[in-house]
Amino acid sequence: MALKIVKGSIDRMFDKNLQDLVRGIRNHKEDEAKYISTCIDEIKQELKQDNIAVKANAVCKLTYLQMLGYDVSWAAFNIVEVMSSSKFTYKRIGYLAASQCFHESTDVIMLTTNQIRKDLSSPNQYDTGVALTGLSCFVTPDLARDLANDIMTLMSHTKPYIRKKAVLIMYKVFLKYPESLRPAFPRLKEKLEDPDPGVQSAAVNVICELARRNPKNYLSLAPLFFKLMTSSTNNWVLIKIIKLFGALTPLEPRLGKKLIEPLTNLIHSTSAMSLLYECVNTVIAVLISLSSGMPNHSASIQLCVQKLRILIEDSDQNLKYLGLLAMSKILKTHPKSVQSHKDLILQCLDDKDESIRLRALDLLYGMVSKKNLMEIVKKLMLHVDKAEGTTYRDELLTKIIDICSQSNYQYITNFEWYISILVELTRLEGTRHGHLIASQMLDVAIRVKAIRAFAVAQMATLLDNAHLLTGNTQRNGICEVLYAAAWICGEFSEHLEEPMATLEAMLRPKVATLPGHIQAVYVQNAAKLFATVLRGQEGAPADSTVAQETSQLLIDRLPLFVQSSNLEVQERASCILQLVKYIQKLQQKDVEVAEEVTALFAGELNPVAPKAQKKVPVPEGLDLDVWINEPPSGSESEDEGRKSKGKAVFAKDESRHTKPRYTEVDEKELAKRREVRKAEQANNPFYIKASPSSQKVYQDGVGVEHIPVVQIDLSVPLKVPGMPMSDQYVKLEEERRERNKADKKKKKDKKKREKGEKGRRRRGDSGPESEEDITPAHMVDIVTEEMPENALPSDDDDKDPNDPHKALNIDLDKPLADSEKKLPVRSHRPDEVLKSPMEDRQVVEVVPEPKKKTGKEKKEKKDRKKSKEKKKKHKQEEEEDLMGAGSEEPVQPEETKEVAAPPPASTPEASDLDFWLSNAPVPSNPQAAAAPASTPRTASGMAAVAPDSEPEEAKDTEPEETKSSTHKKKKQKKEKKKKKHHHNHSDGAGDESVQNGTVEEEEPLPPMSNYALLAENSYIKMVCDIQGNLQDGSQVVVSVIFENKCDSFIKSMEFNVLDSLNSKLQRPDGAGPHDGLIVPFQLPPGISNEARFIFSVQNIVMPQKLKGTLTFIVKTDDSSTHEKLDFKLHFTCTSYLITTPCYSDAYSKLLESGDLKGCSLKLEGVNQPFHHLLARICFHHHFSVVERIDSCASMYSRSIQGHHMCLLVKTADQTVSIDAKCDEPGLLGNVLDEIKLTFSQC
Amino acid sequence: MIKAILIFNNHGKPRLSKFYEHYSEDTEQQIIRETFHLVSKRDENVCNFLEGGMLIGGSENKLIYRHYATLYFVFCVDSSESGLGILDLIQVFVETLDKCFENVCELDLIFHVDKVHNILAEMVMGGMVLETNMNEIITQVDAQNKMEKSEAGIAGAPARAVSAVKNMNLPEMPRNINIGDISIKVPNLPSFK
Repeated sequence: MALKIVKGSIDRMFDKNLQDLVRGIRNHKEDEAKYISTCIDEIKQELKQDNIAVKANAVCKLTYLQMLGYDVSWAAFNIVEVMSSSKFTYKRIGYLAASQCFHESTDVIMLTTNQIRKDLSSPNQYDTGVALTGLSCFVTPDLARDLANDIMTLMSHTKPYIRKKAVLIMYKVFLKYPESLRPAFPRLKEKLEDPDPGVQSAAVNVICELARRNPKNYLSLAPLFFKLMTSSTNNWVLIKIIKLFGALTPLEPRLGKKLIEPLTNLIHSTSAMSLLYECVNTVIAVLISLSSGMPNHSASIQLCVQKLRILIEDSDQNLKYLGLLAMSKILKTHPKSVQSHKDLILQCLDDKDESIRLRALDLLYGMVSKKNLMEIVKKLMLHVDKAEGTTYRDELLTKIIDICSQSNYQYITNFEWYISILVELTRLEGTRHGHLIASQMLDVAIRVKAIRAFAVAQMATLLDNAHLLTGNTQRNGICEVLYAAAWICGEFSEHLEEPMATLEAMLRPKVATLPGHIQAVYVQNAAKLFATVLRGQEGAPADSTVAQETSQLLIDRLPLFVQSSNLEVQERASCILQLVKYIQKLQQKDVEVAEEVTALFAGELNPVAPKAQKKVPVPEGLDLDVWINEPPSGSESEDEGRKSKGKAVFAKDESRHTKPRYTEVDEKELAKRREVRKAEQANNPFYIKASPSSQKVYQDGVGVEHIPVVQIDLSVPLKVPGMPMSDQYVKLEEERRERNKADKKKKKDKKKREKGEKGRRRRGDSGPESEEDITPAHMVDIVTEEMPENALPSDDDDKDPNDPHKALNIDLDKPLADSEKKLPVRSHRPDEVLKSPMEDRQVVEVVPEPKKKTGKEKKEKKDRKKSKEKKKKHKQEEEEDLMGAGSEEPVQPEETKEVAAPPPASTPEASDLDFWLSNAPVPSNPQAAAAPASTPRTASGMAAVAPDSEPEEAKDTEPEETKSSTHKKKKQKKEKKKKKHHHNHSDGAGDESVQNGTVEEEEPLPPMSNYALLAENSYIKMVCDIQGNLQDGSQVVVSVIFENKCDSFIKSMEFNVLDSLNSKLQRPDGAGPHDGLIVPFQLPPGISNEARFIFSVQNIVMPQKLKGTLTFIVKTDDSSTHEKLDFKLHFTCTSYLITTPCYSDAYSKLLESGDLKGCSLKLEGVNQPFHHLLARICFHHHFSVVERIDSCASMYSRSIQGHHMCLLVKTADQTVSIDAKCDEPGLLGNVLDEIKLTFSQC
Repeated sequence: MIKAILIFNNHGKPRLSKFYEHYSEDTEQQIIRETFHLVSKRDENVCNFLEGGMLIGGSENKLIYRHYATLYFVFCVDSSESGLGILDLIQVFVETLDKCFENVCELDLIFHVDKVHNILAEMVMGGMVLETNMNEIITQVDAQNKMEKSEAGIAGAPARAVSAVKNMNLPEMPRNINIGDISIKVPNLPSFK
């Protein structure tokens, strides 16, 4: 056996490995393709061998060839073989190859499901890792569905290396299998607070990706992210979070208000450019979302703009680029602040870097005003001439058009100038944007009536010089403008000076080389022109031969188009040819035809908005899904279908329906029906009537009446000889403005009237500077686009229906329904998946236990406390002012208010968020800010408080008030009281529900918090939460939130604890055992922040208390004082427990093992719903529910030192009995005592 | 999201291509060519961001690249990534390669593209950034390499010997792609720890 292996490996030595392949390819530079094809043949041979090493080697080479562009999908099966090798080396090769070349339509992928599942649960973390990495590249909907459970389990793996990969891959799973999002989400959310920074970062990453596409579903996570933002130091995470906030703020402006301050702080403090940049970006997003100005906003904008200017001025091109990019975002809402940096931006237009020039172009959009538009466009036109690459030139072109046409041509004062710019742009060769210029020409000519004569003249010149545009034929996108030119000349032919010449130009044989759709327009408009020519000729008393010659011209030239291969052209040409022939006949008989021919094209065309058709409302009572005729019944049609195979169906059908019916309808009947229909339409308000102008009324006032009449104030000669240069217009315009200025003084009253008119017609002039001084060259009247009558303006129709993220638009706040608690599983594989322990665990994990809410609730609770605290303080100050300290009476209302604002009885997440957000505008008047949050609940809150609890509560709170106002330090008592207080609140909520008689299982849980008051004085307040460290069995993490309660800056905080034999505060290396730990932040007034301290403990069986001190410096404007605050840290036994999920089978094994010792506890008079009770134990004592049957549940937890603790909780008639088992009886006893205490406080 | 990671040399020869969305082999080659075309005509001292790249996703996406001696490292990313962050990630990637290959040069990438893939897999997974801490990445890569070596055991020894002999004939080329020489132009880049 061993010999065989050695022999095999010796054989292998001489196989070609990857390096040999690469070397070979490099040595065969001339005949690379041939060499590779021989290599592929070799590889095929190698793949046929049994030796997995040989196969792996071959697959490895294939991966390389794939990169060179060779299709290797034929080896997919071999890749799967290598993937399933037991050796990591080969497995990795296999998965790499798979990740490079597998995709959704690779059919062998379905063979991999079980292999991947096996690898995912492999004891070797790298097997799992490699499988996850590979899967992330080729996951399919099937794989996602089958493996979602396994991956979800891995999210709680003990190794952070696996956890982070599993978390990250969930995003791909969600994309392919959206149903998994809701069940997996609670766990994903949990990972946001994972102790490992890598896992945390991965979770942030995934949620940010999800939230970017469907932000509104993730709004409720804002408080949690806010906490992360203020506590995290990882720049990657911070950037992601800040970007996420940028996406959330547009949905919730209050969030923006809350964000501004921390973001501004970050902007000032961070040295990382990437972070600074993202902060600026998000601040901009916030400012955009807050449309109404808060007083200090201009400061924020100034800060942003100023920081961006620094970036733009930097020599580093990257920063310059990003600065411009961000600047363009500010531009949209605060153009004024950007406009002040015009110099800088124009300077960037000359940068050698194309990316930067493009960004600067974007900004120009907002820089223009009526005054400088011409100047800026002139500059751009220079760039157009210089631009070498077509991409940049095209970009310039679209920008010029964008700038000029923005907000309904707001900044154009002289349309002749604009038309001539457009005409100049047509001289660009090889641009892709011919159609853009064309549509602008059409738009301007149709909507600006005053300009038509000029436009027509220009277009005629264009048509005449068409050969210049079509130089290199059809490839050239610019010939599109001829489409516009021909149409404008035809439609507005009455403005043509020499229609005959234009007609001739339109019928040149060269036209036949143009694209079909343009030819079609040519032909059609030639006919229009023909009509105009005829009218001109007949009107004059000239001889009829000229008219006949015109007809002859058409008859001569049109046959060319009749032969066109383009159907449209052919059809139009032949129609018109016949028409002209007929006209010629009439002409020969000396009949006046002009008027009738003109009538063919009479009437005005009105511009219609692009979305108009879509906006036509569906008339009431019209259901488009209803059958007009009863459909043939299913069976009948099926029968028919079957029969039809043999017989001639069509003949039969025809005889049945169509013919006989048509014969019945005679002319009279038709006429009658038409009348009826017309009457109906006339009475129907929803029917869009044909514009009256389109009726056969030539030059009738009725049709155009509703279009405001144009007044042309011709101060510039309309016709400029030859092809006009836009520059001429610039000059003329300048002169005109000069003149206007002079005139203005004389004709002040007249001007006023004009202005009034202008204001009515055009959108408000928001341009900067002395916009009002510039009057348009002529009163331009821009016809607005028509919309159907009751169409509502909206922007709803721009969503891509194929976006995969659409499926992920799932409401995540709704509690999981029973049916959703586990992932749906394919039904034909029930035994495989259902029996797996993971599945059971799934059920347990996803039960809406309070755990999944912890983060938010903690935060929420904290905030609520904070707001109350603030309120209290504020009030107190007032009272002290008014009647001196220590008065009992005035405290009373405050007290009721406290009681009156219990946590919301029903806590939909949205209202949590509201609460969190409603604290936002604290600055000036905290009471007012908190009021809207608390008042609506007051009524129910009052009723909720159980009568007997009230006096006690009152007693509790009042001394507390007094104490805090006299700055005494009795923390321990207070701590207890605070706790009690808190429970009273939650209890209140519970009572209320009892009274209301709505004790339902679905009843939402009252919010809970593990943060307990540690100590408090007039400067600072500390609340803390103690939890075991998952990673290290001898450590406990104490999270302390420090809140600055005074109006001064608090700095140099030092946290110190007197170590006991058993527990020690972990200090940095080199620090003495009595040195304090410096709290790594300072606190501005009103701010709170969280710090974590790690303690090492040896014995966890007994609870213990540690004495500690916090020293800090309070710094006011003129002085600073040292202060200190003593506290006692209480390490309960509960804090050594860690919430650990457990499978029910493992649980029963544990109980059967007999290692555990039992103990039990009875609680009387517990009148709260069972699920509240469980939630409370889970939350406060870190247990998880293993199984629950009716009013009986088994629970599990584990201590940091690995003691198992099992509870069996039963309830009946307000009595709860808890049977507990643990391998450490001392610990168990203490925990039970603590549980008892928790409930006795209720 | 990162859509693709490409490494090619000054002549456009691909040294590594990793697409996080599926394209056919032909399209992939086309994308590489197009990207090379866009990137290579840019001067040394212009910005490292670049729009365009019609093939991958169009205007939503950006190309972010760095040029080290003979190699271009190009990341194609969408708007959810921070540009400066990705530049930094490229730097971390190259430094990691430098550590793993001990003075990395183009030849290392040519002959050991599989190893480069393995290193990359520890940094970016399925288009999302997995790890930015260089030490962590190197620890994981080393641990896996160690496993690989122990699996090969005695049987692997002769093969290694042969490959060492084969490698002796490698053409002498400058071994350094000069990470130290190129001054990193982005000031104050955060060190993502």
